[in-house]
Amino acid sequence: MSRPVLEVHDLRKIYGEGEATVRALDGVSLVVERGDYVAIMGSSGSGKSTLMNILGALDVPSSGTYHLDGVDVSKLADRQLALARNRLIGFIFQAFNLIPRTSAVANVELPLAYAGVKPKERRRRALAALGVVGLADRARHEPNQLSGGQQQRVAVARALVTEPALLLADEPTGNLDSHSTEDVLNVFDQLSTAGRTIVIITHEPEVGARAKRLIRLVDGKIVEDNRQSPLHQPPVGAFAGRHAQ
Amino acid sequence: MSFQEVVRFALRGLSANKLRSSLTMLGILIGVAAVILLVAVGNGSAKAISDRIEALGTNTITVMSAGRGGSTNTALTTEMADALTDESMAPDVKSVSPVVSSSATITYEGTDHDVNSFVGTTPGWFTASNTPVGEGAAFTADDEAQARRVVVLGQTVVEELFPGVDPIDKQVTVGGALFTVVGVLDEKSSTGQNDANDTAVAPMSAVRQVLTGYGALSSILVEAKDPDKVDLVQSEVSTILDQRMTATSSSTSTTSTPYRIQNASQLLETQTATADTFTTLLGAVAAISLLVGGIGITNIMLVTVTERTREIGIRKALGAPRRVILTQFLIEATLLSVIGGALGVAAALIGSSFEIVGVKPVIVPSSVGLALGVSIAIGLFFGGLPASRAARLRPIDALRYE
Repeated sequence: MSRPVLEVHDLRKIYGEGEATVRALDGVSLVVERGDYVAIMGSSGSGKSTLMNILGALDVPSSGTYHLDGVDVSKLADRQLALARNRLIGFIFQAFNLIPRTSAVANVELPLAYAGVKPKERRRRALAALGVVGLADRARHEPNQLSGGQQQRVAVARALVTEPALLLADEPTGNLDSHSTEDVLNVFDQLSTAGRTIVIITHEPEVGARAKRLIRLVDGKIVEDNRQSPLHQPPVGAFAGRHAQ
Repeated sequence: MSFQEVVRFALRGLSANKLRSSLTMLGILIGVAAVILLVAVGNGSAKAISDRIEALGTNTITVMSAGRGGSTNTALTTEMADALTDESMAPDVKSVSPVVSSSATITYEGTDHDVNSFVGTTPGWFTASNTPVGEGAAFTADDEAQARRVVVLGQTVVEELFPGVDPIDKQVTVGGALFTVVGVLDEKSSTGQNDANDTAVAPMSAVRQVLTGYGALSSILVEAKDPDKVDLVQSEVSTILDQRMTATSSSTSTTSTPYRIQNASQLLETQTATADTFTTLLGAVAAISLLVGGIGITNIMLVTVTERTREIGIRKALGAPRRVILTQFLIEATLLSVIGGALGVAAALIGSSFEIVGVKPVIVPSSVGLALGVSIAIGLFFGGLPASRAARLRPIDALRYE
């Protein structure tokens, strides 16, 4: 068995000082194996977004350790952090966060450009990633010419184009209608079937239900950790998703 | 990630906001062009003035009577002019030309022309006053001694009286007497309102006979042996004139001398100083416009970077190192200011080939460097500062930035 993709131990994040102190994370320990599909659920203010930002190396914890693919992220300098974000993590935001006035394919190419991939190879891989999310025919469109669901799928393509060890999604369906939600979740099911490691944050039960493992977060602590389907099999939603397509 | 790639990102960033980019460049363009052009205009007018004064001759002084009319105690006489040639008292004087002048009407075959200054003088005047004869010849000392009625005409007079005709050896009528044209003066650069070419020069003895009579001289033109000795000559001349004139003038006035000395090099200095002030003034106005342009650049750079803080956050989240982001924004700022500045220099160079308010601008190279340098420095500093601030943010803070 290979080392876990993600391993956090006693993670704490404290905002503010004195009276106004808020413990967003209060001792979270978590191990995610390769190929797992984890959904983290919790109500607003449960600290799930804070956890996500720390896992995505976008924010730093107040204390605790974080190993990503065996690398201690908390000890990395700015340069290596940038490298880790680029090579190890694919981040999907609730607000899509595509670069405006830039075509879909150029958006997907961006992480490859920062990784130093040659333009030709970059274009080929970006188009392949867009194919995976079913948007190969929209490569030339700019974000404002795409629907929310399409924008989010472009963002997914951008996250997986570098073939990262870990796909992180922060409320990926939060801004989408039910139809687009279905589209995006189908993509996740497919990726999980293909063996990708996915961690997804959501407050929607139907999104959580399709993951292999469900974690509930309350007041910065893990209160429930359920395996819903076996680690090395396709997720439950995969078949439904296939048929729905 | 290669530098070329970053440049491509920067270009894409600029072309994503074409209107804003071109307006920023326009601001820089106008600022830079204004500085260069206004300084060039100031410099050009200073040059024009000094050229004109140098054309008058820098190694001469002109002695004029300070009194009004022909009152005898302040009048300049030929005896005084002769006294100025005294070798022992005025060793640095090269030549002395007494001058009488009046306005006169010249007639040739029924055509009249009123000439402003009909000058009567000695042959030495032509070299001393830097007024060479183009066609024909000047009159000689013999002509002067014999009071021969010969005349050398200025270009304007020739154009008026002899259109398409060679004036040499023709006879013109001045004040009822016939004068033979022996030469034509070279064209002279004009000093503003007075047409320097509207003149005629004849032997002093002849002019006195025909026009002015034997009264006082209008002025005495004294030529120094060397341009550096003009001041020396001036003091020598004053000494002699003081001796000659005190006897008669002490009764009227002791405070002011009865004559005035005009010194071309002094005139040149005064005029140059005036022109320098003028250039400085124009330069200050232009500098203000550059400053305003600079504030415009600053503003747009700040807005651009602030507006794109979120984009910076996204790029960081996708794994862009700080250096790459900073480089991208610096290149964008540099391109804006360099292209704007270069276009400004080009506009100024094109503009300087035209005459502006009657002045041919002369570009001052240092103004080009200064204007370009200032605009680029402003662009880099105010583009780079907010960019480096944004690049240093944690990605999550940049993403949350509103």
